[in-house]
Amino acid sequence: MNFLQLKKNAKKDFSKYAHTRIKVAVLGDTPTQLLTTSLIGYGFEEGVSFEIYEAEYQQAVREIMNASSSLYSFDAAFIIIFFAAEELYKKFALTPLSKRPQFAQKQIELYETLVAAIEANTTSKVILFNFWQVPDNVFGNFGNKTQYSFTYQLRAINMGIMQMAANQKNLFVLDVDSLQNQQGYNARLNKAVYVNTGIVTNPDFLVPVAQNITRIILSVTGRFYKCLIVDMDNTLWGGVIGDDGIDNIQIGNLGIGKAYTDLQLWIKQLNQRGVIIAVCSKNEESTVKEVFEKHPDMQLRMDDIAFFAVNWDNKADNIRLIQAALNISFDSMVFIDDNPFERNLVRKELPEVCVPELPGDPAGYAGFLQELNLFETASFTIEDTVRNEQYKKEAERVKAKQIFTNEDEYLANLDMKAIVGRFNSFNIPRLAQLSQRSNQFNLRTVRYTEKDIEALATDSNYMVFDFSLKDKFGDNGLVSMVVLKKQENGFFIENWLMSCRVLKRSLENFVLNTLVEHAIKENVLLFTGEYLPTVKNAMVKDFYPSLGFIPAGNNLWQLNLNNFTPLKTFIKERA
Amino acid sequence: MTNKEILEQVEQVLKEELDNADIVVTPKTVADDIEEWDSLANIQVIIGLERKFGIKFTAWQVNGFKNVGEICECIQSAQG
Repeated sequence: MNFLQLKKNAKKDFSKYAHTRIKVAVLGDTPTQLLTTSLIGYGFEEGVSFEIYEAEYQQAVREIMNASSSLYSFDAAFIIIFFAAEELYKKFALTPLSKRPQFAQKQIELYETLVAAIEANTTSKVILFNFWQVPDNVFGNFGNKTQYSFTYQLRAINMGIMQMAANQKNLFVLDVDSLQNQQGYNARLNKAVYVNTGIVTNPDFLVPVAQNITRIILSVTGRFYKCLIVDMDNTLWGGVIGDDGIDNIQIGNLGIGKAYTDLQLWIKQLNQRGVIIAVCSKNEESTVKEVFEKHPDMQLRMDDIAFFAVNWDNKADNIRLIQAALNISFDSMVFIDDNPFERNLVRKELPEVCVPELPGDPAGYAGFLQELNLFETASFTIEDTVRNEQYKKEAERVKAKQIFTNEDEYLANLDMKAIVGRFNSFNIPRLAQLSQRSNQFNLRTVRYTEKDIEALATDSNYMVFDFSLKDKFGDNGLVSMVVLKKQENGFFIENWLMSCRVLKRSLENFVLNTLVEHAIKENVLLFTGEYLPTVKNAMVKDFYPSLGFIPAGNNLWQLNLNNFTPLKTFIKERA
Repeated sequence: MTNKEILEQVEQVLKEELDNADIVVTPKTVADDIEEWDSLANIQVIIGLERKFGIKFTAWQVNGFKNVGEICECIQSAQG
């Protein structure tokens, strides 16, 4: 993809497409028009209509600090702040030498002030560009050894921005420094153009910039890839296991094997970060599993794989099998395979699955996939690291379920226990994450950030409940959340969501029973629920009537608690 | 490369970068003659020409092109 393509996209009539609309403000200290064009054009590729507010350039600070600026009346969901290292350099050069060791700290204080002002005036999330390296070599390599150099201060600023972002939930960083590393300094900047126009980015460099901004925005709004499905032969190792045998496949530190080891090491790290890994391969299952168990150079092991779809059926069917076993949507899956035939088949049969066009040379696999940045995320908690384990358990449950012909008997046999939680600091990141990740079982698709949840905790008009579920196969962790809002005539269910991993376990019933119990203690006798349809949550269209709510018009449903009989559930509460 | 060949290739770059297959240029053509050729699109044109001919324009050249003919002359001299 190049800038020209994005520019063509940007000219399209977006009103003809049923895109998600997202309001974005772009602020910079160099001209930002080309960036804006790229962003609108890239949004088209991802089914997003970006509605852009572009501040006059060099007005960024003024607009942010002025509470009544048109920036704030625009009411953006995201505010993008792009300060260029070239402008920073001018400022640095004008700073007296004696003050330069504090330059980074002063800049960080400025950014903190800006982010605080944004926070005070809006609920917008902020995407702040870090700074690409501009090596001036005033000190040569010695610049790494003295705080008086621009090199030293620029890197300190980038570190400072990371520290800010780690502490500020609404602040995200666009790592343009890494993008310049990837693309090259000269691919980013054309000096002759810069001198004449002040523009610091070549048009084609803006493609990965727009792509990465879009990925951040989509992941914050709940759209990101959760699962990587990998082929085996000539993708995870060189050669064909069925023909070559375990001793002859290429993997490890010798020769071409390194390419596959590199890819496996990367996949292993994705897995540790919480990306689910599944295998899809045309082979005998036992042959493939033997490699995972016995080959000394394999980086990925049995424990890392949530599901093995290894047989001779076509790969689209096998991905459907993975979908059913893990209960995640197709559009959260990435499938990698060296074979163009298989890639095309999957693209054709399952267009929602992301199927990257791998390069011909396996030496380029890892680098190519890394550059695509498919696994952007808006959050990370240490609990993510056990996610693969949870999905594996889920797949085992699916298998166990096939043994029981009677659903109730199966559920009773699971020995399920739930913990009903109210706020605690441990749960807040998990609740925020759950609200961002859940798309299907989500009645009103209200997304809560950690800050939102903290605010709800102290608001006496709200009650928030969370539910964790355990069974004999293991701990599912925090899987459901309900936010109740007090109204004159009872409780309004501001949102009710649940992880699809625990569908059809009678948890919904358990949740309602619990809510009713609490409501009655508070002398509340009416629940009002609302279903707000999205492209993804049709699953819960009839959720409220299925629980006995009666229609109250406009997608609203009501339940009178006076004559409520507890619903059937196989879950016991654990204190 | 002859002047005519350079002019043809410059025309080709303009068609691609400005996304208009109907563009026809002569040495006398100026940016104002072509609707799509505004100052931002000019950046695409400059970089597109550099890529096509494997050359680098200087800041003076970028600043001072009067018309397509001058662009062609710069390319000619840059290619030696």
